[in-house]
Amino acid sequence: MSFPWAKEYKPANDFTKWVDEKLPLPRLVYNAVGAGYPVPRNLNYMWNFGVLAGFCLVLQIITGVVLAMHYAANAEVAFATTEHIMRNVNWGWMMRYMHANGASFFFLALYIHIFRGFFYSSYKAPREMIWLLGVVIFLLTMATAFMGYVLPWGQMSFWGAKVITGLFGAIPLVGEPLQIWLVGGFAPDNAALNRFFSLHFLLPFVIAGVVILHIWALHIPGSSNPTGVEVKQESDTVPFHPYYTAKDGFGLGVFLILYAAFVFFLPNLLGHADNYIEANPLATPAHIVPEWYFYPFYAILRAFTFDFVLSAKLWGVLAMFSSILLWFLLPWLDRSPVRSGHYRPLFRKFFWFGLIPCMAVLFVCGGAPAEEPYVMLSQIATAYYFIHFLVIIPIVSSIEKPEPLPYSITEAVLGSDKDAVLGENTTPAT
Amino acid sequence: MIRLFSIAAGLVFALVVLVSFGVGAYTAATETPVKDAAHEFYQKPKAPAGGFSFDGPVGNWDIAQLQRGLKVYSEVCAACHSLKFVAFRNLEQLGYSEAQVKAFAASKTVPGIDPNTGEATTRPGLPTDYFPSPYPNAVAAAAANNNAIPPDLSLMTKARNDGSNYVYSLMVGYGQPSAELKAEFPDFETPTGLYFNKYFPNLNIAMPPQLNAGQVTYDDGTEATVDQMAQDVAAFLTWTAEPTLVKRKQTGWAVLGFLLFATILAYFAKQQIWSAVKPRRAE
Repeated sequence: MSFPWAKEYKPANDFTKWVDEKLPLPRLVYNAVGAGYPVPRNLNYMWNFGVLAGFCLVLQIITGVVLAMHYAANAEVAFATTEHIMRNVNWGWMMRYMHANGASFFFLALYIHIFRGFFYSSYKAPREMIWLLGVVIFLLTMATAFMGYVLPWGQMSFWGAKVITGLFGAIPLVGEPLQIWLVGGFAPDNAALNRFFSLHFLLPFVIAGVVILHIWALHIPGSSNPTGVEVKQESDTVPFHPYYTAKDGFGLGVFLILYAAFVFFLPNLLGHADNYIEANPLATPAHIVPEWYFYPFYAILRAFTFDFVLSAKLWGVLAMFSSILLWFLLPWLDRSPVRSGHYRPLFRKFFWFGLIPCMAVLFVCGGAPAEEPYVMLSQIATAYYFIHFLVIIPIVSSIEKPEPLPYSITEAVLGSDKDAVLGENTTPAT
Repeated sequence: MIRLFSIAAGLVFALVVLVSFGVGAYTAATETPVKDAAHEFYQKPKAPAGGFSFDGPVGNWDIAQLQRGLKVYSEVCAACHSLKFVAFRNLEQLGYSEAQVKAFAASKTVPGIDPNTGEATTRPGLPTDYFPSPYPNAVAAAAANNNAIPPDLSLMTKARNDGSNYVYSLMVGYGQPSAELKAEFPDFETPTGLYFNKYFPNLNIAMPPQLNAGQVTYDDGTEATVDQMAQDVAAFLTWTAEPTLVKRKQTGWAVLGFLLFATILAYFAKQQIWSAVKPRRAE
């Protein structure tokens, strides 16, 4: 499952040798993220975000477990215990701001990671399984983040929960009983808050499990790279450690500086003021909006305003779920033999001048009040979104003439494959 | 096969959303939108002249201002608004000594239980008590205020966009509708029992104007103008909403300093490690 030139784990002393015989965990780590995993030598900084997303998951679990020690999932006191954490718990304010902004930065890393996958077609064979598991991780993370936002039991928590659980009511026949069963009542209350807390605690560990599968699946074909040309020889790769541990370390530093700037100087910028008002089922906020990372999908949900055969609400729900579920089909929709957008002139144009502006418009409209021109803009962008993935990608991949590819990764980096000196360049200077 | 299916599905979704678009465009073209005075004449909060001392990444509390704000809250706001997340002990952060806090707490009456009979009674406050609510319950608060419950103020500056400026603006924003508003909306009238305030989202607020010049007597001799009191109480409520605000920023600088140093080290470590395999031009 790895390249023949991958370095082999050699226990350094009798103790590690003893451990290796009984439980080869150090060997597993060595082969997964150590010197035993050869990685293409030409990865750019877009390849940092998988590690960064993983880091965010760990950060969220650690801060979340600490917060759960002081939080009480009861509609009577949830808002007050959140303030208790902010005021009375030692460094509780920092833990909560780290957790709240950590969710945002988790999604930032995920979005860059996913759009990196779109541009470089990382979903293509032989990496379909990695992609499928990645979409599962994204869906689980969205569910976890949604339930987490309900826990402080502020106005936006309550009304967000009410709107999103209300979506199930759009399902014909079974919608209403299903919604009541899921929420545990006619509207979100203690039953909903408790189950959301329970699931919000559980799901991150499920995500961690799927992340392990994601990484396992990654190690079968090995990492992709910006040329999209598969690894052919030892000179195409460098060992993960120390090369990419060092590069990821630097990337993590930059990411954390930005994160710390938000946590300590703009901790509430990405949240909503309404969530500092305790939940009140009798007072509807003027604008109910989700967190920023759901804006594009919220815009798709709200874009359907006319009952065309089915109710507008049902169309919105179908479109919103389809907009992510269609990512599962991408490996089979995009039939171009070339992976990287660098060598696909037409695909590249649609990515930069179609998909990216479309996502930007959906993002702005998702956070805006439901009034013109935002509604009409979101409708055009929603139409383009579905056309892009379901129509343009299959057709472009059939008619496009790709540009010539480099012979190998080594040629792409060094200019000529002849310069490749097998094995010699991969020992770091000390 | 899967691609034919996907193209069909994509076209269906696009078509349906474009039907919504067409209907919306037709409605927009044929119907004149209803104008709304609140939508057009509501003003975003303005900052007081010179801003607040705690603004910006290095802002700090003005302790004297917070003490003045506490006085405005106690003598004006506290008649109707609770401050339930703030305890008397927290006031030590405003530069008061333990004895002063104890005396301040004792001057307030809080609900208690008679130790002999177990009956509900009241007692003087202790530093561990929280600011008492002016009303026994929400029904009493609504009944005393024309059905508009005065909100708790502990988190007010975080519960509104641009909250510190919002509280300041709201306090100084009372008056009469402008001539432009009257010209565009001749029917606009503030209902009886409400008060016009251009910084309140629907322009009519249930709270009457509260601040009058000279209403409180500041211990530090500052002149109690309406603008001064509005600034002071906005600053005080910023502190009640986030007592850790200054500590947060100070911690932030230490964290950023450490991260910057570590990241620079990480950068050079990465450069050194990668120098072994960096592409070299043939000499």
